[in-house]
Amino acid sequence: MSTVTYEPLHRRPQHQSEVTTVNHSSTTSRPAVSISAIADTQTAGHQATSTVPVMELSGVSVYYGAYEAVRDTSMPIQRKQITAMIGPSGCGKSTILRSLNRMNDLIPGARVTGSVTYHGQDLYAKDVDPIEVRRRIGMVFQKPNPFPKSIYDNVAYGPRVTGMKVDNMDDLVEKALRDAALWDEVKDKLKTSGLALSGGQQQRLCIARTIAVKPEIILMDEPCSALDPIATAKIEDLMFELANDYTIVIVTHNMQQAARVSHYTAFFTAEVDQEQERHGRLVEFSQTGKLFTNPADKRTEDYITGRFG
Amino acid sequence: MSAPTITTTRPEHSAPGSALTQRRSRPGELAFRLAMQACLLIAFGVLTALLAWVLVKGWNRLDSRLWTEMPTGLVSRLDTAGVQSALVGTLWIISLVAVICLPIGIFSAIYLEEYADSNRWYNRLLELNIQNLAGVPSIIFGILGLGIIARTLGLGFTVITAAIVLSLLVLPVVIIATREAIRAVPQSIRQASYALGATKWQTVSRQVLPSAVPGIATGSILALSRAIGEAAPLIVLGAVTFITFNPDGLDSRYTALPIQIYTFITRSQAEYAELAAGAIVLLLAIVLAMNSIAIFVRNRFEKRW
Repeated sequence: MSTVTYEPLHRRPQHQSEVTTVNHSSTTSRPAVSISAIADTQTAGHQATSTVPVMELSGVSVYYGAYEAVRDTSMPIQRKQITAMIGPSGCGKSTILRSLNRMNDLIPGARVTGSVTYHGQDLYAKDVDPIEVRRRIGMVFQKPNPFPKSIYDNVAYGPRVTGMKVDNMDDLVEKALRDAALWDEVKDKLKTSGLALSGGQQQRLCIARTIAVKPEIILMDEPCSALDPIATAKIEDLMFELANDYTIVIVTHNMQQAARVSHYTAFFTAEVDQEQERHGRLVEFSQTGKLFTNPADKRTEDYITGRFG
Repeated sequence: MSAPTITTTRPEHSAPGSALTQRRSRPGELAFRLAMQACLLIAFGVLTALLAWVLVKGWNRLDSRLWTEMPTGLVSRLDTAGVQSALVGTLWIISLVAVICLPIGIFSAIYLEEYADSNRWYNRLLELNIQNLAGVPSIIFGILGLGIIARTLGLGFTVITAAIVLSLLVLPVVIIATREAIRAVPQSIRQASYALGATKWQTVSRQVLPSAVPGIATGSILALSRAIGEAAPLIVLGAVTFITFNPDGLDSRYTALPIQIYTFITRSQAEYAELAAGAIVLLLAIVLAMNSIAIFVRNRFEKRW
């Protein structure tokens, strides 16, 4: 077994008591509108088991230059839970996702106001090192993007560049590939290029690569949108597994996916203000079961029932 | 309000039953195809004719004398003359150009592509100047080298002066080629690297540069090929027309193949023309060898995304 240690960005909070919350309200109050498309297929979300926020967004706005892409977003990210962000194109869900590990820093002119805290620490404080932030908060992208290197080197890259103390890299690579449910498919060809894999395998390789650096949170930006339904199902199964150890935030266009995998769901939409400018807004955040069966906001209801978006 | 009636008519040629097998002649297609083939033929034909001409002309001189013997000013000794001093001079200069120009060019390109904020006026000015420098005639670089490097810096008419000036001359080519190669590396690779907690330099050195190697190598070698054929700046920089010794250091006098060829050709005797043709073939062989390396490197390390 490999033991991996690294210097923390700050002290992680001592094990907090996990609060079990009430289950969703789908059984008690069915909304009047038909939500058959969503509700019939599944039980609308997992039971949320934790309300310990590992991240908190409050009053977060993201600007590209002078343009305010997303306005005034406040929501928690609960520990070891899957939080989904849904909404129509251009509603700013990916923008918010990228602001959670400072990937927005890489876009010239992007600016974040409000506060994003991680264990109570402001991620945008002056003395916070974005490199350290990304080591704690990993990201999986929309299009599988393995490095043009061997499968082994793809997984080992993160531990190498972050200077993790690794006793046995082989073990670490195997563990990461096992955790990403890819080991059995690639164990005999670790030296072949990551680009030689199928799309679904590439995406699981990207997940393996991300968990190899042992982040606390994994952000996923529409991780299945380039995959076929079978590969998608595999990634979704993987997400369930990963939620035992990791906090996951996923952006998805697919409402069924959000309903299937997530504990909490945030619904975003695009609003046009008086100056005819579009801004992304968070409309509703709640437990997934509640959001899909008993939405508080009319716009959420319209969206999930397919009336718009 | 009544619904509008929509009637559609099929275009005649796609009416059901029209023969699919009846090939229509399309004169425009044919004309363009022929024009393009003619262009290719002209370009290729001229090149082949030139090559054939120098090969025939220099055939008698294509042997080891070319690189084992020194040039001579005496017609009576032409039988045993070669271009060794020019060949060695060219190899000296081109090696030095590689050493000077490639690191500077590649790192400049990395800075401009990966680090520079293109919204800053000074970075935009830099970019504009590099584009313009690539178009400056080489004789201008020669005069600049004469004034600043040979005279003001006091380096004189030496190998190092020639190498510095030729480096400056091809630097924009190297920078532009390297930037293109770096730009061709998908942004998603950089993002993946950053998302794993890699620093900027780690991302550049471990992901971007290895992926850009084929493009950088190709551009660099083509730039060196251009430097190797330059005669104009060297004329100003005091390349010697006849020397019977090889350069032995950075501060040595020198000559180079293009200069040697030029001086042979200005002579009236036919023997000199023959020797010049032989030297041309030698120079071409060097350039072709370098370009082959470029193609080999590109194919060997090419990445598919």
